[in-house]
Amino acid sequence: MAKKRVVTTTLNGNQTEFLCEPRQTLLEVLRDNLDLTGTKEGCSNGNCGACTVILNGRPVDSCLVLAVEAEGATLRTIEGVATAAGLDPIQKAFLEGAALQCGICTPGFIMQSEWFLSQNPKPTEDEIRFNLAGNLCRCTGYDKIVRSVQDAATTWQDHYMKNCHEKGCH
Amino acid sequence: MATANKYKVIGTRPVRHDGVDKVTGRARYGADTKIQGMLYSAMLRSPHAHAKIKRLDTSKAEKLPGVRAVVTAKDLPDPGTRIAQLGEGAVCMAHLTRNVLAREKVLYKGHAIAAVAADNIHIAEEAVKLIEIEYEPLPVLLDVREAMKPSAIVLNDDVRCEEVGAGTTGSTPTNVAKHFHFEKGNVADGFAKAKVVVEREFVTGTVHQGYIEPHAATATWNPDGRVTIWCCTQGSFTVRQQCSELLGVPLGHIKVVPTEIGGGFGGKISVYLEPVAAALSKKSGKPVKLVMDRAAVLEATGPTPASYMKVKIGVDGDGKITAGTAYMAFDAGAFPGSPIGMAAMCAFACYDVPNGSVDGYDVCVNKPRTNAYRAPGATNGAFAVESVIDEICEKLKLDPLEFRAKNAAKEGTRRVDGPVFPRIGMWETVDYLKKSEHYSTPLPKPKFGGKVGRGVASGFWFNCGLKSAAFATVNTDGSVSLSLGTTDIGGSRASIAMQLAETLGLTATDINPNVVDTDAVGYNDVTGGSRVTFATGIAAYEAGEDIKRQMVQRAAVLWDVDPSQVSYDVATASLIGPGKNITFKALAEQVNHCGGPVIGRGFSSEANQGGSFGTHCVDVEVDPDTGKTQILRYTISQDVGTAVHPSYVEGQLQGGVVQGIGWALNEEYWYDDKGVMRNASYLDYRIPTIYDVPMIDTILVEVPDPEHPFGVRGVGEVPIVPPPAAVANAIANAVGVRMEKLPMSPPNLLKEILAGK
Repeated sequence: MAKKRVVTTTLNGNQTEFLCEPRQTLLEVLRDNLDLTGTKEGCSNGNCGACTVILNGRPVDSCLVLAVEAEGATLRTIEGVATAAGLDPIQKAFLEGAALQCGICTPGFIMQSEWFLSQNPKPTEDEIRFNLAGNLCRCTGYDKIVRSVQDAATTWQDHYMKNCHEKGCH
Repeated sequence: MATANKYKVIGTRPVRHDGVDKVTGRARYGADTKIQGMLYSAMLRSPHAHAKIKRLDTSKAEKLPGVRAVVTAKDLPDPGTRIAQLGEGAVCMAHLTRNVLAREKVLYKGHAIAAVAADNIHIAEEAVKLIEIEYEPLPVLLDVREAMKPSAIVLNDDVRCEEVGAGTTGSTPTNVAKHFHFEKGNVADGFAKAKVVVEREFVTGTVHQGYIEPHAATATWNPDGRVTIWCCTQGSFTVRQQCSELLGVPLGHIKVVPTEIGGGFGGKISVYLEPVAAALSKKSGKPVKLVMDRAAVLEATGPTPASYMKVKIGVDGDGKITAGTAYMAFDAGAFPGSPIGMAAMCAFACYDVPNGSVDGYDVCVNKPRTNAYRAPGATNGAFAVESVIDEICEKLKLDPLEFRAKNAAKEGTRRVDGPVFPRIGMWETVDYLKKSEHYSTPLPKPKFGGKVGRGVASGFWFNCGLKSAAFATVNTDGSVSLSLGTTDIGGSRASIAMQLAETLGLTATDINPNVVDTDAVGYNDVTGGSRVTFATGIAAYEAGEDIKRQMVQRAAVLWDVDPSQVSYDVATASLIGPGKNITFKALAEQVNHCGGPVIGRGFSSEANQGGSFGTHCVDVEVDPDTGKTQILRYTISQDVGTAVHPSYVEGQLQGGVVQGIGWALNEEYWYDDKGVMRNASYLDYRIPTIYDVPMIDTILVEVPDPEHPFGVRGVGEVPIVPPPAAVANAIANAVGVRMEKLPMSPPNLLKEILAGK
């Protein structure tokens, strides 16, 4: 077994160090070492998007990233989306728009949607669908997910322009 | 439509109670369980689809540093020939235990053989590679028709063909475990009266429920023999029963704690990992977690059957069905138990068929043992029956919705398999769809330069009642905590809490619904059969009525009057006595001092649902050069009884439709001739993405079910039934090719288009 490594990151705004084996994925470390189980594992090969996190301002499937690759990185997970002040607008839109049923894919969708809206605050339906196509949902048929992203976009454009930058979405 | 204004809470769209946990990542799903000192584990699975196990030696694996326990089938008691009643019906324990851990033979690729618990998952995975095993490969059977031949190799020596209805059982080992035969009227006379008779054969592939959350179980076996299991299941009580039988532990010594569940659709009822995790915990003395990977989910849980069907329908000059016959052979997978019986009952259920017969066969093949998948069996049958009906409508130049309106099953119609329908809404779903904007609008122009077409299809699913129990305690601030034993797979905490709120005159947010463990609430059957909002809703309603009676007593104590002088006013959520009244909330503050805590209990035991129908319309565009089909527009019209939370009702309809679209266009297990699934990943077993489908328009037709106090009908399953047929009919309309095979993927469709040319 290879020696464990110390990895230093900025995770959800806090400097976070962790010890990991070189073979551990970022997903495994988030869930098993750091107890951040909000990031979900659906397939472990980058097909389902349930483990989407924001790494240095870009969405990645954390199952396809080795934890040691996160050295020096800025990371954002679902646990860092809501603040003490309350839910993020995209979380609110998913809640009010009934965009989840079982909820297992929801953290991944929220991470991807929030990043996408930070890049494209006025998306068309087609753009939303194209940019969320890497996240699988088996319950909703996607209709209410699209509508919730649309709602978040129209209602809270300003929020994304202002806040996401500070939170390190882009 | 009709019932929305009758209620205060029912028909509104409150935020679900478990919603914040689920959008913040705080909700705990199966794999999120972490117990102090927990071990991680991995499984050895068969690379062969059919083989004898000649030798199995785990000693090297046991010696690897960090390995704490290894278990094989020897660590589970041999149940002999015992048949156990497991809530969902009779289960042959010899088959169930062999499905959990193979004994003499492996019967499908991915069949579990042994499991290792270690300090971390990587050590466990390394140890699995050290298990020594020798196989003697056997011939592989993958096709139902091949498996039915008398010359076929028999998978299970103990299987004899049961003639359901006749009550007889064959005497020789066979792969055909069951034969259902249903008959009504005189089929020959019926066909003689027909003007048009169409008979076609259909085949469908194996498909998976495709829930995003892999199976996961964590177990602790305490030194006193008591076992606790945390798992993502549709039925904590059936897990308890199955584990009790499989482990030989008294039922009352097992507590099952249901975690959140990341989708199930019928696939998370049978146990796979739970007894193995428990056996590993017993052997290691530590808590053990066992999680499947995606390939194991596809290869080794319970997909829904591939099928071969032959359907014949006759229609007279007035457009009335005169007769129908169906022959359906379903692959059960390695062990008997496909949903062929339900498929046979559903086949003609949408229509008034005066003369009909259905034959159904349950056939073992070298694939994973099949399980329920959303209206199990009905989708296969509807693909065949609704395709034949569409062809007849085309031949007779009948509008397919007019035809369905004319032949629709109604209250009093007798199904081919016997039962007579109570009040149902089949006709209404057709009528609403006929009047819809979609159906009245001409086909759109092609968007991608292909050919456009429109198709319709209907579907039926029973919906079941089964047993539910709940209790509710009144808190001193007037809120009510509701304890439930049916796991919440898509919003049922909200839909049940809303019914309790309606009963008491409170708001949805006054109710705190909780899904609790098997020691904390009365017996509940599984979350399945579209039954929870119906049956657990009744239990919550009864608990509410019980609370009302107790609140009346408490008010009587408070006012020192006879309880008969006090009544509960739902409209104002208050107690009214002689010249006095007090709100529910104000009385709640005082109940502990005027009679004691108020605990309402309720259950649903006898209520049965009337069944659910849907009629769908889809516009497609087919690229005749590639065979690719794009869904342009989709409308579903469904009888939903009373839509308790319309957003989640719409969500069930939309989700079911999109699963049906996946089944129609993409999804199937690709097996090579050795029985190895070649597409055991989400990349290759391709479920619909958000980019593949349009918005799904819903028409909620409300024909209240008289069996339920608020007219609730289950809504979850029937929406998956019509889509493959509706899409097939739309493809026929677009390119003139009738697909008799699922999926209608580009290669499959292109082949037929080219053959047609």
